[in-house]
Amino acid sequence: MTTQQFKPRKKVTGASIRRQDIERPIFNESGIEIKKTYTAEDLAASGGVDMVGMPGEYPFTRGIHKEMYRKRPWTMRQYTGFGNPEDTNERFKFLIENGQTGLNVAFDLPSQIGIDSDDDLAIGEIGRVGMAVDSLKDFEVAFGDIDLEKITVSLTINGSAAIMIAMYLAMAEKRGYDISKLRGTAQNDILKEFIGRGTWIFPVEPSIKLVADTIEYCAHNAPKYSPVSVCGYHIRESGADPAQEMAYGFVIAKAYTDLVLARGLHVDEFASRLSFNFNIYGNIFEQVAKFRAGRGLWAKIIKEDYGATNPRSMVLRMIAGGGGSGLTKEQPNVNIVRGAYYALISALSGAQTMALCCFDEAYTIPSEESQRLSLRTMQVLIEEMGLCDTVDPLAGSYYVETLTNQMRDRMEEVMAEVDEQGGIVKMVAEGSIQSKVSAQAYELLQDVESGEFPKVGINCYEMDEEEPEVAYHPYAEDDARKQVQRLNDLREERDNAVVESTLAKLVDDAREGVNVMPAIMAAVKAYATVGEMTDAMVSVYGRYNEPVRF
Amino acid sequence: MNTIESGRRTRVLIAKPGLDGHDRGAKIVVRALIDAGFEVIYTGLRQPPEAVAQVALEEDVDVIGLSSMAGSHVPYCTRLKELMTEKGLNDKLWLIGGVIPMPDQEALREVGLDGIFPAGSRLQEIVDFINERVQ
Repeated sequence: MTTQQFKPRKKVTGASIRRQDIERPIFNESGIEIKKTYTAEDLAASGGVDMVGMPGEYPFTRGIHKEMYRKRPWTMRQYTGFGNPEDTNERFKFLIENGQTGLNVAFDLPSQIGIDSDDDLAIGEIGRVGMAVDSLKDFEVAFGDIDLEKITVSLTINGSAAIMIAMYLAMAEKRGYDISKLRGTAQNDILKEFIGRGTWIFPVEPSIKLVADTIEYCAHNAPKYSPVSVCGYHIRESGADPAQEMAYGFVIAKAYTDLVLARGLHVDEFASRLSFNFNIYGNIFEQVAKFRAGRGLWAKIIKEDYGATNPRSMVLRMIAGGGGSGLTKEQPNVNIVRGAYYALISALSGAQTMALCCFDEAYTIPSEESQRLSLRTMQVLIEEMGLCDTVDPLAGSYYVETLTNQMRDRMEEVMAEVDEQGGIVKMVAEGSIQSKVSAQAYELLQDVESGEFPKVGINCYEMDEEEPEVAYHPYAEDDARKQVQRLNDLREERDNAVVESTLAKLVDDAREGVNVMPAIMAAVKAYATVGEMTDAMVSVYGRYNEPVRF
Repeated sequence: MNTIESGRRTRVLIAKPGLDGHDRGAKIVVRALIDAGFEVIYTGLRQPPEAVAQVALEEDVDVIGLSSMAGSHVPYCTRLKELMTEKGLNDKLWLIGGVIPMPDQEALREVGLDGIFPAGSRLQEIVDFINERVQ
């Protein structure tokens, strides 16, 4: 057994434990000691206000736009998708009717790992945790009657992202949109999939090569499209603390940036289209400081380390609002309250987009009612609570500004640690980063079980409760059968000679090491399937072999 | 495939069935079982029923544990049960944990699962359950 060494974290304790010992030191999850009171001296000692600046101006600590929510509230983008494309299209329309302003597409696992619905491995998984997609046809159905200029679409897709981005662009083109003006986002952050979430397909090197292919292709053909949303989110869900979450996100974003620069692009040609996805649960002030610190640090990295001159390249655009690890299966209604605080934290942090967790997530795929409740939670903040009136309302607080400086220092430390260990790509490939965050997750759970780390409903304020009445989302066998039928029909109807030739071209391009996006676009337009295109690439790249270390 | 040796007799297989990649829980259980003195074999992600049955046979484990977060456990376990019967593995202690909705729990017991540990179960419950049943 190998155990990765990691610094033991300082214990975080809740109010009920602290009351027993008023002098007991208090730390946040990132390991920063919290004082009883903050003053101007503390702020000066932490580095002062040099990095604060003004909203919409470098270093963007206070927000990436001058007017922020006063001009336009955050985009509401609940994560949705299940069954076949017809089911998902219906739910999309329901959410739009209820005031949702963006879409966030969940794919089923076969689609996420590049296999078709008629593959043996797909049995029982078709349409279960997201929408099933086999070909361009499915995209045409899923986005039917939805105005892609009014509603931006985010695709939560990683292992097969190059294919799904091509499908989205091809579908839009077919409907007459000019893809050079099309906005939208793909998650497409494969390095974090190796650390948490696990929808990898190819080995690490070709996987990140594909990410660079999508960034380069979009920079030239769809320059408004955001081809990558770098995710600290899932690394935090896997066990990282908030400072690590953001620092690991940044080293990953740098790894992609380096690859694209090596192809001869200038940083200003693509950096403004990189976006981020971060977690929100935990200590309110630590989260707000994390985002403020992260904006300043990312701006500094892009400007000073990469020589960007366009300020839009330097801004950290982000989706925030989720954090399933903060929710509990116990007393699930309490998750409604937690969700409201999540939205508040996101708003205080200056998020561009929110995808709020639903209270029934620990049980099932969220119902229409619980998704509408999440939308209403955000709408209450926007309309009733004054969150959109002024930019960065916590600025100038001695505590928040000091903590912002300290969080930035901590993130820089974590980034330096990764560099010392050979960089994030190496750590992912050897499994050491996975081992490190998983060891932390184990430590945290032990603290929760001992009561040291307080969690309402789990180790304090517990109740004897019956299993609550939950509207379980049914698995629709019929829809799965329909999806397979549609795929069978497609394989007969399409021009299979064209499919074969486009797949052969994809294999050739993969072998030659050129950008495979044009070949994928051609195959997608010929209605080649996700599984066929993935297999073509696997024939050259091989499959990832997971390093398991403890 | 990693085999983790820690010196005691009871051998536990922890597997991630199906296509889901959320392994925080599985890895935590592996660490807890190692700390409790078991020998643990962890399969990694995306194990089809055939692979789980084969590893259980080859590694001569006493316990087969599955971690399911994405809902495909009933059809999966139904197939795994057939393979366990074929390979003479029905004497193994068979456990599952993760997001296991109440209606599925009954179905899984009917399939033959001995222990079900939904989200929120304590690590010590799993350790005790194994210790009480495996000599």
